[in-house]
Amino acid sequence: MPNSTAIALIPLLPLAGFLLLGLAGRKYLKNSSGIIGTALLLASTVLALYTAYEYFFVYGRVNGVYQQFVPLEITWLEFSKGVSINISLIIDPISVMMLVVVTFVSLMVHVYSLGYMKGEERFPTYYSFLGLFTFSMLGLVLSGNIFQIYIFWELVGVSSFLLIGYYYDKPSAVAACKKAFIVTRFADLGFLIGILILSYSAGTLDFPTLIQRLTSPGSDEIKTAVTYSFLGISALSWGAMLVFIGGAGKSAMFPLHIWLPDAMEGPTPVSALIHAATMVVAGVYLVARLFPVFALTTPAVLEIIGWVGAVSAIIAAVIACTQTDIKRVLAYSTMSQIGYMMFALGVSSYGGGGESGYTASLFHLFTHAMFKALLFLGAGAVIHFVHSNEMKDMGGLRKYLPITHITFLIACLAIAGIPPFAGFFSKEAILLAAHENNKAIYWIALITSGLTAFYMFRLYFTIFWNKPHVIHGEKHGEGGWAMMLPLVLLAVGAAAAGFIPFGEFVSPDGKPIESKFHLGFSVAPVALGVGGIIAALWLYKKQSDKSTKLAASLGRLYKAAYHKFYIDEIYLFITRKVLFNLVGRPAAWFDRHVVDGLVNLAGNTTQAVSEGIKKVQSGKVQQYAIYFLAGVILLAVLVIYGWK
Amino acid sequence: MITGSTIIFYLLASLTLTCGFLSVTTRQIFRAAIYLLFSLIGIAGLYFWLQYEFIAAVQVVVYVGGIVVLIIFSIFLTQQAGEKLAKQKPGRKIFSALAVFCGFALTMIQVYQHTFYETSETPLPTTVFNIGKKMMNVNEEGYALPFEVISMLLLAAMIGCIVIALRSKPETK
Amino acid sequence: MMEPGLYHLLFISAALFFIGVYGFLTRRNLITMLMSIELILNSVNLNFIAFNKYLWPGKMDGLFFTLFIIAIAAAEAAVAIAIIINLYRSHQSIDVENAEELKY
Repeated sequence: MPNSTAIALIPLLPLAGFLLLGLAGRKYLKNSSGIIGTALLLASTVLALYTAYEYFFVYGRVNGVYQQFVPLEITWLEFSKGVSINISLIIDPISVMMLVVVTFVSLMVHVYSLGYMKGEERFPTYYSFLGLFTFSMLGLVLSGNIFQIYIFWELVGVSSFLLIGYYYDKPSAVAACKKAFIVTRFADLGFLIGILILSYSAGTLDFPTLIQRLTSPGSDEIKTAVTYSFLGISALSWGAMLVFIGGAGKSAMFPLHIWLPDAMEGPTPVSALIHAATMVVAGVYLVARLFPVFALTTPAVLEIIGWVGAVSAIIAAVIACTQTDIKRVLAYSTMSQIGYMMFALGVSSYGGGGESGYTASLFHLFTHAMFKALLFLGAGAVIHFVHSNEMKDMGGLRKYLPITHITFLIACLAIAGIPPFAGFFSKEAILLAAHENNKAIYWIALITSGLTAFYMFRLYFTIFWNKPHVIHGEKHGEGGWAMMLPLVLLAVGAAAAGFIPFGEFVSPDGKPIESKFHLGFSVAPVALGVGGIIAALWLYKKQSDKSTKLAASLGRLYKAAYHKFYIDEIYLFITRKVLFNLVGRPAAWFDRHVVDGLVNLAGNTTQAVSEGIKKVQSGKVQQYAIYFLAGVILLAVLVIYGWK
Repeated sequence: MITGSTIIFYLLASLTLTCGFLSVTTRQIFRAAIYLLFSLIGIAGLYFWLQYEFIAAVQVVVYVGGIVVLIIFSIFLTQQAGEKLAKQKPGRKIFSALAVFCGFALTMIQVYQHTFYETSETPLPTTVFNIGKKMMNVNEEGYALPFEVISMLLLAAMIGCIVIALRSKPETK
Repeated sequence: MMEPGLYHLLFISAALFFIGVYGFLTRRNLITMLMSIELILNSVNLNFIAFNKYLWPGKMDGLFFTLFIIAIAAAEAAVAIAIIINLYRSHQSIDVENAEELKY
């Protein structure tokens, strides 16, 4: 049976780090805070690996099927008998896998930050925020009920907000953190309504019960739920759709992706941790967590998820080809890869042999965490060296940054899907699943994979080859062991993670599925990937004007992609012009003139009346005496003659 | 039939009312105080005429000997010699006179319309002995309790006067 | 001329009362206002004594009321004059029109 203490300690150790460093860090632990945070997370990682080992190899599998365990359940808010919100931990293949991913990547980032963030004024604050984020993310993946996942979902959003805005004296960082917070909040509103609909329909918040009730066709809950509908779509579909909107906001799916590129204003290790490997895949995790509901009860929503993923994947890939800020290229690449995961879930089905997409999606999540974290950390090393995010300031860096160069190349090969690196296997699995279930999505994915190889190697060649680098000022090395060790470890992961027989461990219903692998099928994507690499090689290996010419010949398309298809502008137009003018201004007018007018009317009336009657209180004693006498006489007359 | 008693009554009544009226209308404050004094003496005379000698004596001692002297002292303290009192606005005077006349008319109409039934019980002589016995009596028809209350009130008034007089002391420091 | 009785005394009492009220309303000097109040109190005393004499000669209630009112009037006059003199100290005037800070 699962060891509940160990599992509970995994998220609690980073929380302890957050509290300790946040409260005492800046005063007492100025220099040791990084070590403390890292040590706590190391313990957490060891516990996660231990839990994973125990689950996958010792107790998890019963009769060949991975079971779901709830090792800890505490009644947190009891409203009345039977109506309560619990805090519970859930252990099943995806949560255990996510535990490993989150703790491992977070540990790498903690170690890397020891070098990268050295000398920062708010070093302890940074580590406490990292601790808070890791706690929230681990809490999110372990959440046993849908309300708890919402709590941690928001905590993740807050810590992301704090970390994006870490350089709060930079106006662009402040704007970016606000944007990220507002956009994800907007999506979270949908998530919350979705939670309410789903939990109301199911009559429970707990995932296992909720899934069981909403997926068995004959259950009472289903029978009642389908009778409600809105705009011709059943309540359950609305609920599932709204929950997906929450996931899409967090995972930067089109059209809610606009915050992710701006979020790159945060420190680079933070981008690696939050905006590449962990938080942004929370949406994928959420869909995977509720996958039986999507697949069995609301297949239409699942199809929408597939298309949203595919569209996001290709749009992001096209935009990534044109960006010049290396972190933005990586951000769009992240969005594109998450699009992959989403449509892989979208084309999957529950049972009946179609569940390979589900496994492939989570497999890609796993490998992507490795190579995308590696890419960001490598980009961080490059930025550390040249003190700029712009491609034009880079070039010829392979001589100065040999380890970064090699590891970055491995990561690029992995994301481009070149065998035998990790990305090849997971992407193959996704493409295969798409090929089996939805041809249109398959073609989109195929084109995207070519584009991926092109833009990644455009990045690679521009940074490390192209023109020779001119050193400005003092020359310094790649950074200490703290920055190199995570790069090497992640490079090993990016190179070797693909050989894990993932289908053995992760599937929708816990039964192992066979990894299908056709050599013949792989020819097309690999060829496209190689083609992309060759194109990038031809355009960017040497400094030349070929790329500008190509851009000029594409004209409009290039310009549109360079401006991110004007999506930010559309949002601004909708909010500024449409919402402000049609809703904001009339509401403001109403508030200013009608609501304030009523309040002012009440105030002014009172004031006018009191102005009038205050004259009575003149301070002149004799006037009072006259009023008094007149009153007495009047009363006397009234009583004597009127009282009959 | 006009008896001496009747004549004395009318003399006292006219003294009281005339002096009272002059007291509230004269513009010389010292004269006002003297008119008040004679008005009070007239009332004391009426008490004598009613054969309430004790009350008449108290009236003379407390009012004439106490309060009026107090008032005259305060006039000396606050008034410049030969200064006439400030005139009131004519409008106010006319209005006050009208209100007062209406009130008086109303009262007198009520008084004359009402029939008072005079009782035939034997009068209790208002000697000092009887008054003293009643005032100190703690049984029924005794006035020991109001007497105590009034004594408390006098004490409080005394302390109040001292406090008011003391108030200016901290200011001089 | 009639034999004087209760009605005559009530007439004197009422007349004195309204003379006092008239003085209270028209005087501007606080000391003269105080005098008007003394007149009003005396009219009340006279009233009590008259009722006691003609309607309840066997009792002494009116008499005692008068006694107590005289005592209270003495206390009242003392306090009022203390206040007036204090006011004179702060305002250099005992004109009631000048002492009107206690308003809205």
